[in-house]
Amino acid sequence: MTGADAPVRSPRAQFGRTVSALLDEREDLALVYAEISAQHVEEAAARHPRRVINVGIREQLLVGVGAGLALEGIRPLVHTFAPFLVERAFEQIKLDFAHQGVGGVLIGSGGSYDMSVLGRTHQSPGDVALAATVPGIRIHAPAGTAEADRIIREAAAGTGLEYVRISEQVSSAPRPHGSLPDGGLHVLHRGGGALSILALGHLREAALAAGDALDATVLSTTTVHPLDGRALRAHAGGEVVILEPWLEGTSLGAVADALSDAPRRFLAIGTSRQELRRYGTPAQHEAAHGLGAPEVIRRIRDWR
Amino acid sequence: MISPSSPPTPRTAAPPLTRSRVLDLMSRLSGDEKHTVAATSTLDVLLVLYGGVLDIGPESVADPRRDRFLLSKGHGPMAYYAVLAARGFFPEAWLDSFGAFDSPLGHHPDHLLIPGVEVSSGSLGHGLPLAVGTAHALAITGNPARVVVLVGDAELDEGSCTEAIEYAGGVGLEGLTLVVVDNASSSYGVRGRIEERLRAHGWDAVRVDGRDHAQLEAALRHRAPGRPNAVVAQVEDKAAAA
Repeated sequence: MTGADAPVRSPRAQFGRTVSALLDEREDLALVYAEISAQHVEEAAARHPRRVINVGIREQLLVGVGAGLALEGIRPLVHTFAPFLVERAFEQIKLDFAHQGVGGVLIGSGGSYDMSVLGRTHQSPGDVALAATVPGIRIHAPAGTAEADRIIREAAAGTGLEYVRISEQVSSAPRPHGSLPDGGLHVLHRGGGALSILALGHLREAALAAGDALDATVLSTTTVHPLDGRALRAHAGGEVVILEPWLEGTSLGAVADALSDAPRRFLAIGTSRQELRRYGTPAQHEAAHGLGAPEVIRRIRDWR
Repeated sequence: MISPSSPPTPRTAAPPLTRSRVLDLMSRLSGDEKHTVAATSTLDVLLVLYGGVLDIGPESVADPRRDRFLLSKGHGPMAYYAVLAARGFFPEAWLDSFGAFDSPLGHHPDHLLIPGVEVSSGSLGHGLPLAVGTAHALAITGNPARVVVLVGDAELDEGSCTEAIEYAGGVGLEGLTLVVVDNASSSYGVRGRIEERLRAHGWDAVRVDGRDHAQLEAALRHRAPGRPNAVVAQVEDKAAAA
């Protein structure tokens, strides 16, 4: 296999491939981007010059142009690195999309610590918490190329406002295919006790290791906002751990709201609220935030 | 949804859109007999646009071929509301509850509440990028409608406007007309800078007397092939008029 048929291992490269295919399939879709990822959409830009729009390094314009397309019935796919998409142009998301009453697909790459070596400027561990303040938005965190492909396609097929958080940190759980089937909540492992772990983003393997060590039920979903409250109530025990590769506590309020039917204890594990002023690899950042399996197991044991 | 398909909508005869009639309607919004020049800074531009330059009326608010008018400068929308009421987009009685809890007419417009309003505005610097996206959408669908967006001179302080001005000029975005109502309200403004700045970025730009309907009409009807165009409408200085 070569070219467009060869499998890709990078979710960001998959973004380019999926979006290019969608532009071929639907004439009412347009991609707006801001220089970033041009290498992944070159061929699509040549095939669809009117519907692949590079605004240059102009993120406010990026989001505003996407919303302007949406006002006219064109479904916009809006892309740049997560910190510039969600944080720098946040008011445009809030007003140009949500307040104008139009939908679109915001596709960010990077996020928490994909770009660890680039430092704080290219990290946005607060993006999920911030985006979740926008009325009506749905937030997706695929953990691999197959999920990225499916979620971008589903988001493009809808009419609402969607934020798809593409990350190079992937998960091979659930085994063997490494892909959850749809946006609802899934039970990856059934434990015997009161402990439940909700694993978000790519942290499913750490959660499954903890599930084995602590006889816990492990739940996961690719749609991280809003959460599937009914399934949470059906499967959560009396002790609930939320494990997420972004700002610690981001999903705690939503989980507690969904589980207000009974008294429970909650533990939120995520990236530190202090700035980690380090470079290095994503694996080093993951360990520093205490998100590897040994650290997660130790922290849950201490809490219990 | 995205291609112009329905037949032309027949226009019904509306009462004449005169300055005095619109000023009377503005009094119902403000409760004042007289209006400051700040409150009327956009009035003459709006009278000319809705008096025949724009192909838009209450019957065609959902017609894909209507011209799009985006009021980006949502501050002080009294003249806008009065012109829309005079043209029959919504009942004149709405003007009497301006700003009330149950009123569709707030101190910044909400396009989900008011027929004929294309975008909600208030926070400055959003309308021009939205208009760029709108112009792109019309180009994608082969729709010849115009996109006209109105900003204030101080609104051009916003970085989002700089982004849009550079980009639209750089790609030669046809079909987009920027109207700048200039009452010298920008801090650190330089006289004549607006049109020079626009021209430097590849725009067709002209400054006219913002109270002279003949000048306004000629400038607003003008289109520039292969690039966006701008009309700077000079009105009384805000500071001198206050």
